[in-house]
Amino acid sequence: MAYFKKSPWIIHYDATSCNGCDIEVLAALTPLYDVERFGIINTGNPKHADIFLVTGAVNEQNKMVVKNIYDQMPEPKAVIAVGICACSGGIFRECYNVLGGPDSVIPVDIYVPGCAARPEAIIDGVVQALGILEKKHLARKEARKQHDRIAAN
Amino acid sequence: MSVRLISALSFVVFAPLIGGLISGIDRRITARMQGRFGPPVLQPFYDVYKLLQKENVIARVRQNAYIDFYLLFVIFSGMLLFAGQDLLLFIFSLTLASVFFILAAFKGSSPYSLVGAQRELLLVMGYEPMVLFAAVAFYMATGSFWVSKIIVHPVLLIKLLPGIFLGFFYILTIKLRKSPYDLSTSHHGHQELVKGLTTEFAGPSLAMIEVAHWYETVFLLAFVYLFFAATPWLGALAVVVCYFLEILIDNVFARAKWEVAVKSSWLVAAVLGFGNVAVLYLLKGF
Amino acid sequence: MLKNDTGRRVLVISSVVAIGLLSIKLLVDYYAATVVYFHLPAKWIESLVFPAEVAIGLLILGMCFRYRRWFPALLVLAQSGLIAWLEYFSTKKVISENPFFLDKFSLIMALIIGVVGGLIAVYALGYMKVFQEDYHKEVADRRGMFFLVLFLFIGAMFGIVFANDLIWMYFFWEITTLASFLLIGYKGNKESIDNSFKALLYNLIGGLGFAGAIVYLNVRADCADLSQVLDKNPVTISLALGLLAVAGLTKSAQLPFSRWLLGAMVAPSPVSALLHSSTMVKAGVYLLIKLAPLFKDTTVGYVVALVGGITFLVSSFAAISQSDAKKVLAHSTIANLGLIVLCAGIGTSEAVWAAILLVVFHAVAKCLLFLCVGSVEHALHSRSIESMDGLILAMPKTAWMMLIGMAGMFLAPFGMLISKWAVLKAVVDANPLLTVLLIYGSAANLFFWVKWMGKLIMLERPSEELTALKLEANISRTISVPLFSLGFLTVAACLTFPIMSAVLIEPYVLNVFGATVSMTRGNLIIMVLMLGMLLLFPFNLEPKRKGRWMPRVVDAYLAGVNYDSYSHVNSLGGISKNASRNYYLEKYFSESVLLNAGIISTVTLLVVMFLMGSKI
Ligand code: SF4
Repeated sequence: MAYFKKSPWIIHYDATSCNGCDIEVLAALTPLYDVERFGIINTGNPKHADIFLVTGAVNEQNKMVVKNIYDQMPEPKAVIAVGICACSGGIFRECYNVLGGPDSVIPVDIYVPGCAARPEAIIDGVVQALGILEKKHLARKEARKQHDRIAAN
Repeated sequence: MSVRLISALSFVVFAPLIGGLISGIDRRITARMQGRFGPPVLQPFYDVYKLLQKENVIARVRQNAYIDFYLLFVIFSGMLLFAGQDLLLFIFSLTLASVFFILAAFKGSSPYSLVGAQRELLLVMGYEPMVLFAAVAFYMATGSFWVSKIIVHPVLLIKLLPGIFLGFFYILTIKLRKSPYDLSTSHHGHQELVKGLTTEFAGPSLAMIEVAHWYETVFLLAFVYLFFAATPWLGALAVVVCYFLEILIDNVFARAKWEVAVKSSWLVAAVLGFGNVAVLYLLKGF
Repeated sequence: MLKNDTGRRVLVISSVVAIGLLSIKLLVDYYAATVVYFHLPAKWIESLVFPAEVAIGLLILGMCFRYRRWFPALLVLAQSGLIAWLEYFSTKKVISENPFFLDKFSLIMALIIGVVGGLIAVYALGYMKVFQEDYHKEVADRRGMFFLVLFLFIGAMFGIVFANDLIWMYFFWEITTLASFLLIGYKGNKESIDNSFKALLYNLIGGLGFAGAIVYLNVRADCADLSQVLDKNPVTISLALGLLAVAGLTKSAQLPFSRWLLGAMVAPSPVSALLHSSTMVKAGVYLLIKLAPLFKDTTVGYVVALVGGITFLVSSFAAISQSDAKKVLAHSTIANLGLIVLCAGIGTSEAVWAAILLVVFHAVAKCLLFLCVGSVEHALHSRSIESMDGLILAMPKTAWMMLIGMAGMFLAPFGMLISKWAVLKAVVDANPLLTVLLIYGSAANLFFWVKWMGKLIMLERPSEELTALKLEANISRTISVPLFSLGFLTVAACLTFPIMSAVLIEPYVLNVFGATVSMTRGNLIIMVLMLGMLLLFPFNLEPKRKGRWMPRVVDAYLAGVNYDSYSHVNSLGGISKNASRNYYLEKYFSESVLLNAGIISTVTLLVVMFLMGSKI
């Protein structure tokens, strides 16, 4: 048990969106949904976060921000694209400067559709990401063991 | 001697358990005050355990060494207190620990961590006088700086040191990093400073900071207990009430500016701290 | 021989070694002795004092006429007049029986002067070479005179701590005044000359006080020797005591006389180090500590203690608002001397023990800091603390020494903190109300030291850029050896202080007060433990193997708009460097406001002291 399931800390970045999904993410913090029940914390700092939650599409201006935040997160980490804009570009897809969803810059693990995505769906997405975190953690552990074995020989 | 050693060692072992639990209960009560359900009581332990498993990312080489020494000296300070050592030595050792923490943030060198470091420094300057006045007043009331002597003093010290107690309670808000004085490392919810001092620390180092904070909580509450040591049940009650009030204050107040923090703590130290010292001096006709 | 570099080098280093060895030999020979008196080999030397004093006076007068400064001239005339009157016209002149003496306190002082002063002289070799040849080409090269005066200064300090006859002490006292005057004005530009005269003026006020005290003591109290003074009832000689206190306060740059030391920072760094650590200001506190038994529970003592306490508070506050490194150090020196003066004024055995500890630790750590700042100034062409960011990579050796020096100034378990702790205890026992000055001052100390330390270790520029500066590439050995020795001494002084305390300080205090203090064994063990842990810090303890703990370096968090770890993309799409500044809080801790308040309050105190003293 590595407790990734019990304490997923999130960093939320709102890219090119109508702010609809952004508001829904924050709604999940309110007493009605209270994500802290599950140990979920909205950190606002990539270095403390396990899960990168992106709302909105990615454009030329903010692609480096998305990439930077992803790079600065410690392993193991998972990325969730929230809302249809983040899944595919959504209504902004045809805009001249929009690249598409965050998966055009960084690897995305979970897609949460919806316009806007409902808080229940977002929480469900986070819960699914927990499984991925756990898996990535185990993979890291295995790789480290192998590395040690090679180093020992 | 051996009793002291056992006391100090049990602090090392049990303080993080108690501190973590306090932190869990704190989060639960806070959530209830906000009309939420809140995380499990053991949540802080889950968090720390998870952080220990994470990768250690750093912004500047060797920044984590400062955190190692921060934790080391926090534990060492607590051991001094629980071993019944000199109160002044405890305070100085604690100051050394805070300096390491602040230097760690300086080393982190991102704008957020630098602002956090400067603010923390201001806060330390703010609460330091009150802590020292407390030590001086304990000495005047009991005739000794030694915690082992203070704790067996027959008189209920709160009767002699009401001003000191109130003043100490005031700066306890700063020491426990509670709103309105959480201006160097904000709660996760409030993000104008990202996480201030701790911005550049991740994974295991962040876990160490968290654990250090648990240790600190325990010995700060032990300090509160010193005022009531003559009547242990009253002491326990006082500790619980004080911490509850701190949670309440945390939830009721918005964050203050550093000017308010430093000015008010210096004023509190001058009026309540020094005032109490002066009254003791006049009463005893030293 | 003093004209060429190698010759000067050989001469200076050999004299320094000789002085150092002699002071150590003195320690070895006399460490067991309580008090030993000495006579001069011949009587005629005795008769030379007055002519020599006249010569000093004439020299100063000459300088005063040259630069048209009339106040100092008047003061010189006044004090020479007083002494002349005593020598030739007064029938009451007492002949000293034991003109020189030596006790454990003077041994400690001699060791400080010999070792620390010597290291400064060695450092000055390397420093002055760079100073003259690269940094200040416009300043006339008078290095011969510089080293001559430097050694004269050190010699005079030895004289002060071994003189028992007050006339002799006064003579050496005036030499230090003269020497400091010459050294402060070394650069010869208007600022230096102005500040050197400022120093002269203030010190002559002290000298006048000294002269007045000598006359009073000879005429009214029949004493010529310090040892005789110490046997007197303080109430009967309170005027003389007050005058001597003024002399001590001016020399140790206490409020209201502190401005001269702030001005003195125009001098080359070795001079500052000398003035601030082993000589000059230490002469002032030496006198006050010597007189401490007389201060206990007297008006003069209370006033001295209060002046010291106020100076500590005001100067610590003032240091917060300064960004000039030397100025911060100057304020910190004045503040720490204030602590010593506070202890002397209290005059209990505990306080004097603490005061002597302070003298020792302060000398070593402060000297180290001044020498480091000197090197940094030459490398960066700036003394501003703001320009020292990343120094830990740009000048690693110097920066580490600076960090040790700063830790030595205010952190547990280093020397100054041990002493501050002792001071706090002594003050609480004597008068808890005085702690208010101490407590707020300490908080301010913490603030200005830590923000400086932070500046040294923070990295707002890429490390390659900093190391490529190669600021330490051709640092000469005459500079690095004193730095490392002092860094070593700062740490070693903490480790060996129990021995020093047991062998020298405690017996001295016991002899003077009949009671002594020391630190309990338990506390000592804890201190050593802490020091042991701290000494591990420079070593990299993080595991080397690639694994869970192996950190990965990523960019600093810049809200995602990183260009790299040190600069960000701004709102116009351009690239901005990250830049931060420390807090200086000028609004609250303005130097001029603080100093004025300090001067007004201390002048009032001194006036009250003399009014009350003259009544008796
Ligand atoms: S998915 Fe809909 S609600 Fe969400 S950001 Fe896009 S447009 Fe707005």
